[in-house]
This record gives sequence, C-alpha cells and structure tokens, in this order.
Amino acid sequence: MVAARAHHSAEHLGEQAIWSALFSVPDPEIPAVSIVDLGIVRDVTTRQVTLTPTYTGCPATLVIEQMVRAALDEAGFGEVEIRTILSPPWTTDWISEEGKAKLLAYGIAPPVPAGSREVGCPQCGSIRTEEISRFGSTPCKAQWRCTDCLEPFDLFKCH
Amino acid sequence: MPSLPPIRPEDEAVAKVRGNTGAFDAPPVAEEDRVRFDYLLRLGDDSLILGQRLSEYCGHAPSVEVDLSLANMGLDLIGQATHFLEYASKVEGAGRDGDALAFRRDVLDFRNCWLVEQPNGDFAQTMARQFLFSTWQKLLFGQLTASADEMIAAIAAKAVKEVTYHEELSAEWVIRLGDGTDESRRRMKEGLDWNWRFIPELFEMDEIAAEMTSRGIGADVGSFREEYDRKVRAVIEQATLEVPSDQRPILGGRRGHHSENLGHILAPMQYLQRTYPDATW
Ligand SMILES: [Zn+2]
Repeated sequence: MVAARAHHSAEHLGEQAIWSALFSVPDPEIPAVSIVDLGIVRDVTTRQVTLTPTYTGCPATLVIEQMVRAALDEAGFGEVEIRTILSPPWTTDWISEEGKAKLLAYGIAPPVPAGSREVGCPQCGSIRTEEISRFGSTPCKAQWRCTDCLEPFDLFKCH
Repeated sequence: MPSLPPIRPEDEAVAKVRGNTGAFDAPPVAEEDRVRFDYLLRLGDDSLILGQRLSEYCGHAPSVEVDLSLANMGLDLIGQATHFLEYASKVEGAGRDGDALAFRRDVLDFRNCWLVEQPNGDFAQTMARQFLFSTWQKLLFGQLTASADEMIAAIAAKAVKEVTYHEELSAEWVIRLGDGTDESRRRMKEGLDWNWRFIPELFEMDEIAAEMTSRGIGADVGSFREEYDRKVRAVIEQATLEVPSDQRPILGGRRGHHSENLGHILAPMQYLQRTYPDATW
C-alpha cells in the first residue's frame, strides 16, 4: 500500500515536471502563447505525451513535435513517446482563459463564440470593428479592423 | 522561439525507428485492403490536386486578401491529403509512405475527379470550381464523420470545419461576381459553364464506392444529391445567373482516366522527388 502510494506520487511528480516542460514550449506562430495554453497538449503520462494539430494543414505541426521533443530531452524525459491524435478534433474552446488573456495582450483578439460578430479591438477595446478578410496571416486568423482607433488586427478564428 | 539543439547521429537513428514524421497514429490494418486503399486515394487525391491547383495562385491573386484566402484553402486541402495518403500507405502496407504516394505515382494511378484538375482559368472560373467542389466536399465529409472506419471519421470531422469556410467564401464570390458588373457576370457564367459537366462524376457510384458504402466506410453520395443541387441552385439564383443546362458527363477519374491537365500538374509538383529520389533536407 505504502509502496503503491509512493509509486503513484512519483508518477504524479513526473507528470507535473512534464507539464511544466511543455508549458515552456511556445506556439511557433504565436510565441506569446504556450502550446499548453492553446490546448494542443491533450494528455500527459510519464510514458507518453499526446498532441493534436490545430488545423489540418497547419505547417507548425511538425515544428511543434520537434520542439516538444527538445523540451522533453532537456527536462530529462528523452524516453517519453510523442503521439499525435486527430480525434476529437481541436477546437478554440480548448484555449485556456490565461491563453486568451495572453493573445489579447499580444494584439490578437481571442476567438468569439460561433455566430457572434462582437469582436473587441485589442488596442482600444472598442467593439465597433469589422472584418477585412476571412483569411489572415496564418490559417487560424482572420483580418479585422477597428473603426474607432482604425488599427487593423488579427482575430483568432472560432474553430 | 528557442533554437533547437543540433541533431546528433544517435538522434537520427532514434528518429528512424520512431518514425518522427509529424503524421498521426493510424490503427494497424489487419489485412491488405485494396478497396479501402483505392477509396482513400480518391479522397486524398481530390484534396491534393485541388490544393496544388490553388497554390499556383500564390503571389498572383487579384488582391492580397484573395491571395491569402487561396493559399490558406490550398493549405487546408494539402493537410487533408497528407492525412488521407498517410493512412492509405498504412492500409496498403507496401512500404510507400504518404509522400511516395503523392510524388511517385503517375497519372494513371491518380484517383481524383476531373473537376479538381480543371485549369484555374480566370478568377471567376477558379471560384466556380471551388464552389462546386467545396459544397460537395462539405456534404461528403459531413457523412464520413459517421464512417465505420475511425480514421476516416476522424479526418473528416477535423476537415469539415475548414471546408465550411471554403464553401462560404467561394459561394460569396459566385454571388459577388455573378451579380456584379457586365464583365464579372459574363466571366462567372463562363466559369460555371466550364465546370458544370464535371458534377455527375462527384456522384458516381462504381463498384468500389458501392462496396465501401455497404461496409459502412464510404459515403452514400446519392443520398445528398438533392441537397447539393438545392444548395448550388440557391447560390446561382442569388447571383442572378441561370443554372447551366446539364451536359454529357465526363467520368473516369476514379479509375485513372484523366484529362491532359493532370500531367501538367504533376510535372512541376513531382519534379524534385523524381530528379533527386530520396532527397532530404
Ligand atoms: Zn480600436
């Protein structure tokens, strides 16, 4: 019983250490946000880390896998496997509140609920904003503009 | 972004064993399944060829916004193709990976429909093609999310959200150009006329498609034909254009019979891999 609990706690500490290593891995396209904030890390055990891509054709998927590999090696978890799953498909609902706050501070409007057109300007907070282009600099972003402060900005698309 | 540590020889050995390809995990396939393999090629090749077609626009589209849209849609499609072809390679089990399927097959081995290999033409013709294809692909993937093949269901569920954007965007352009100036109207009418005869192939049910459907893996395309026609007609009417009259259908892409266009698409796409086989970074 004691041995089992000790094992359990070692396992737990290992998982915590892996989570914190992964927390230091930034998204390659939005470096202000960690892959944990974005909800890309789906599961962590001391044997395996499970990732999921944001978009089907996201060119960052391979880069993220390599960065996770490097972070695990650095933290002494070189034997941990990396698994990539597609199902259930990633959704912007998995972006943490902390992640949304980081996006906003970085100048990217966080995703708004599907169907809502109320997008706040990351510069001045006004909601008098309009879509310029449904596609932006990366697959996950759309181009918007604030009609109050006139600044263009990226919106992280609801997905 | 922190820089990556240098790659050591022992890392390369590990990477080879682990297959660090950025691809997803596919469930092991018990026995060789030729019919399923062929069906996956159809799904993957549609996405691959249309994605390649759209990438021809990179830096050439009429505006920056459109350039981004087309490049992004192309990227989504190539992402779909990667998933379908990687899975196809596992089902085939012949040691060819997804890249080998994309870059080392010749025209006769491609299973895409004729619609996706049609030339871009002008911007209106490109958008007409996209609208007719994405409207179909959205219905197709919607049904494939319930496929008995978990991998196909997962890819479809992932991709259907993106295809929704493709359909909306291209429908908006059909309406904007059709209900626009005399010239844009003429061009959209010609674009729809050009692509119209390739619609029946999307709904073709040959032996392979029928077997996949009866096994609960493939989509029953006939079941959403009416919905497709209704959606397409509604957009064309909103564009104040007339629905083109049906022409003699052209079939055969699913069995490797293609227009001369496909060879011209493959030549630049496969050039590097054919000239320098097994080249690596
Ligand atoms: Zn503003």
